Amino acid sequence: MLLIHCPYCDETLPELEFAYAGEAHVDRPADPSALSDEEWRDFLFIRANPKGPHFERWRHVHGCARFFNAVRDTVSDRFLMTYKAGEPRPDISKLEEAQ
Amino acid sequence: MSQFRIPGKGRVDHAETVSFSFDGKRYEGLRGDTVASALLAHGVHLMGRSFKYHRPRGPVTADSAEPNALIGTSRGAGEKEGRFEPNTRATVQELRQGLVAESQNRLGSLSFDLGAVNDALHPLFPAGFYYKTFMWPRSFWDKLYEPVIRHAAGLGRAPSKVDPDSYASRYLHSDLLVVGAGPSGLMAALAAARAGVRVTLVDENPEMGGALLSDPGIEIEGRPAWDWLSGALAELNALGVRLMTRTTAIGYYHQNMIGLCEKLTDHLDEIPEGAPRERMWRVRATRVVLAQGALEKPLVFHGNDRPGVMLAGAAQSYLHRWGVRVGERAVIVTSHDSAWYAAFDLAEAGSKVVAIVDTRATPPEALVSEARARGIEVLAGHTVTGTKGRLRVASVTVNPVRGGTVGAARLLHCDCLLMSGGWTPSLHLFSHTKGSLQWDAESETFLPGRMTEECHIAGAGRGVWGYAEALADGAKAGADAATALGREAEAITPDVAHDRPGTGESHKELPTDRKSHRVRAFVDYQNDVTAKDLRLAVREGMRSIEHVKRYTTNGMATDQGKMSNMNGLMIAADAVGKPPPQVGLTTFRPPYTPTTFGAFAGYHRGATFEVTRATPIDGWAEENGAVYEPVSLWRRAWYFPIGGEDMEEAVARECRAMRASVGIFDASTLGKIEVMGPDAVEFMNRMYTNPWTKLAPGRCRYGVLLGEDGYIRDDGVIGRLSDDLFHVTTTTGGAARVLNMMEDYLQTEWPDLDVWLTSTTEQWATVALNGPRAREVLAPLVEGQDISAEAFPHMSVAECTVAGFKARLFRLSFTGELGFEINVPARHGRALWEALMEAGKPHGITPYGTETMHVLRAEKGFIIVGQDTDGTVTPQDAGLGWAIGKKKPDFVGKRGLARPDLVAEGRKQLVGLMTEDGAVKLEEGAQIVLDPEQPLPMKMVGHVTSSYHSATLGRSIAMALVEGGTERMGETVHVPMPDGVVRAKVTSTAFYDPDGDRLKL
Ligand SMILES: [Zn+2]
Repeated sequence: MLLIHCPYCDETLPELEFAYAGEAHVDRPADPSALSDEEWRDFLFIRANPKGPHFERWRHVHGCARFFNAVRDTVSDRFLMTYKAGEPRPDISKLEEAQ
Repeated sequence: MSQFRIPGKGRVDHAETVSFSFDGKRYEGLRGDTVASALLAHGVHLMGRSFKYHRPRGPVTADSAEPNALIGTSRGAGEKEGRFEPNTRATVQELRQGLVAESQNRLGSLSFDLGAVNDALHPLFPAGFYYKTFMWPRSFWDKLYEPVIRHAAGLGRAPSKVDPDSYASRYLHSDLLVVGAGPSGLMAALAAARAGVRVTLVDENPEMGGALLSDPGIEIEGRPAWDWLSGALAELNALGVRLMTRTTAIGYYHQNMIGLCEKLTDHLDEIPEGAPRERMWRVRATRVVLAQGALEKPLVFHGNDRPGVMLAGAAQSYLHRWGVRVGERAVIVTSHDSAWYAAFDLAEAGSKVVAIVDTRATPPEALVSEARARGIEVLAGHTVTGTKGRLRVASVTVNPVRGGTVGAARLLHCDCLLMSGGWTPSLHLFSHTKGSLQWDAESETFLPGRMTEECHIAGAGRGVWGYAEALADGAKAGADAATALGREAEAITPDVAHDRPGTGESHKELPTDRKSHRVRAFVDYQNDVTAKDLRLAVREGMRSIEHVKRYTTNGMATDQGKMSNMNGLMIAADAVGKPPPQVGLTTFRPPYTPTTFGAFAGYHRGATFEVTRATPIDGWAEENGAVYEPVSLWRRAWYFPIGGEDMEEAVARECRAMRASVGIFDASTLGKIEVMGPDAVEFMNRMYTNPWTKLAPGRCRYGVLLGEDGYIRDDGVIGRLSDDLFHVTTTTGGAARVLNMMEDYLQTEWPDLDVWLTSTTEQWATVALNGPRAREVLAPLVEGQDISAEAFPHMSVAECTVAGFKARLFRLSFTGELGFEINVPARHGRALWEALMEAGKPHGITPYGTETMHVLRAEKGFIIVGQDTDGTVTPQDAGLGWAIGKKKPDFVGKRGLARPDLVAEGRKQLVGLMTEDGAVKLEEGAQIVLDPEQPLPMKMVGHVTSSYHSATLGRSIAMALVEGGTERMGETVHVPMPDGVVRAKVTSTAFYDPDGDRLKL
């Protein structure tokens, strides 16, 4: 069972309190009707699915109930960092150096 | 006492005998014995039959790695049969008074096993036999493979009764967890605990000490090993270390979480009332020391599986721990120094050691001279080419090997053959962490490499050999862990006298002069995999060790390859022609040893398997004979039978009563979400398909929620209580999902909206009152709201008082009749229900359950999300196009609805179906075709989603999703069923009162 740091509670807590919520930084377009079918398809279905660091959303559902973002390495299943929703996408190369 | 027990010797209590039975025969053992040690004390080696060939087998180890001596254990017959457990390792199971043990996998008796015909047929079962032998001809499946061979192959029988035991579960946090209480683990725990670290030390055995228990001749710090051990344990105890025996670390999970399974009652004569049998510990440790030691490898030669052939280290353990000599005449065959000491100890205890056969040309001179001094013949540079003996080894053939050539055979008579192919570190837990393994060319074995967790590995578990080195290595690991935890620690090195260091060589199968087809040299005892099988697998194209493993099943038995993996690798690598590290080791996975389902399930069984949610009115329903059905985690009243009614009769009565007069229904499970704030209406406009701006306070509307893909996710009636407050209802199962979805949008897409969302499902009890007399029943109880048709029309909502309780009162209908839903604070739910029952008495008020609710709504064509929709249905498909606010610039799912597939012709649409014969009820899920005469496979154009017998209409009704359904009104479709094709007409889904006149009361 992973330990996950909630950036709102500022505590590291068991995975049981959290729920995965899909890839991060996939913004809902401001005006969906203006999108072509292909653009809408990409928004709806196309995901990065990388081998390595993955930007993803989690929700502290059995805690503060906030959604937040995380970078998790899909090979080692380790969280490189978590950060609040709305904060910019962190620089992966710096994170990997820090590891 | 028995012939092979040495009086006074070992760690067993010679003063207390324990009686047990094996295959119906009574035996006496001593307190502290295992089943294996007790049977060996009586000279019994034959304890089981092998999986595939039914070859006679005896214990090969004295510990949890045992592949052969698997038995069924129980506490007796009758009620106690529920405590039967198959595949128990006789080498691990401690004796208890009255233990009943039986051998497994035999047809007939253990000594005369009819299943052994499989052994004679062994050419039928080569590597990959699963994929070959059992393929053809087809008729052999029923006549031979299934009934005979499959029956003959296998492990123990499954228990026939429910397990009466309970299982516990606990969490534990520890600064340092030390796994394994042998010399290294003890020293690690001592070094860390002396530095002030909070330590937990666990060991799978009934007592701590590891290898020291089998080597009492060692002296540590001037004291005999066992004295030193008692001192060390006393000190650990005094330092507050948590000492856990009979506790196996079964898995090493992320971030230093280790699963421990603690056995609590299997060794007890009587089980204390209420005591759990096992306890699963989830330990989160800041640091971990793995001190699991090493596993001794068998040697691979013809006949190496005969009872009486066992690991030399095991014989040494039986001698010192249990005071049991495993035989009178022993031959030792080894490639490692360690077996020499076992030979010396056995000779000391009075057994005749016929010879020490060492595969190495020049074993250490000191060992050779000591053997000679004891009068033991030494055969260096020799191989073993076979054993003989029907149920027990009687002789062994040994041959000299010179320059790769096997010389003349010599027969040695013996009743036990003790082998050692060297030692391999126990890497299982380290492997669970995905730590990398490193090949050590000198010791020809894998050692732990790069770590992924905060852990240290000490002693034989990382290839360190000899007591002095293992003790020092453990002390260092403990001191390192303490330092990492911010303590000042000292790694002391204890003095050791009479140490037994050693080295050895690794082998593939031993050289032989036998013709290859006459060699049966076993690598995996439990799965009956031979060296020849492995070589065949490689010849047949398996190159990766993972493929070889699966093709041959090598290492796939309950011992997880503890005995077989390294030998299998050496042979496969030789066959592939690559060095072992390039062929690689298969992945070890949890659990380390077989673990009961009970330990994993813990408290989650029976009534506590899962949460059962009950409404505030549940007690009334129970007292009034409700039959329940589970709906998500709720239990809901399904129907209320009277007298001897079955479900159909009860539902028909409930339906008729409601339509004729008034019915009452517990709708408390409906999901409820309060949407509040200055931007509440904007939020609702963006979430739901419907327009909300013009909905006046005091009014409600049926809302549809889509996903961004345009498909229906949920629905429900939503009331606007004030400009900034909506009372949203959801489906019973969808409540949590809908709130999650709303929170997601609110928090991450529209954080600028000033809205608060609150789940109020359990705050309100909800009672639905439906039927033409509903108002007459309700009106006298209502204060603060005129509920006449004029003042309170259909789809109204008001805050008022009902039966003296503050209420949110809705006028709405899921039945097509005049209907109200009364929400009161949950604690008043039952009082409200009883008040309404009382008020309804003169009108014959009838409580109804979910089944009647389903029928009533189907008569009106109201959908149930998840039954009439399946995640691929749009509002248009479901006939709900009217619920879409077409003028709204955007809402969740609006763009999705314009996707090419969703606007295409021929989509499946929800329609009604009326069978030509109204007495015939379609089956939900049945497939629909247009032409019943077409050849198979038929083209299916849809399926039945809901189907009931309608008492109101006096016939069956159904709803179905049918391709281009709305274009097919009046057409006949066909539903092929096993007993014939049913014809049905496509209709509107509004079967009853299509114009809604009955709502206008
Ligand atoms: Zn939180």
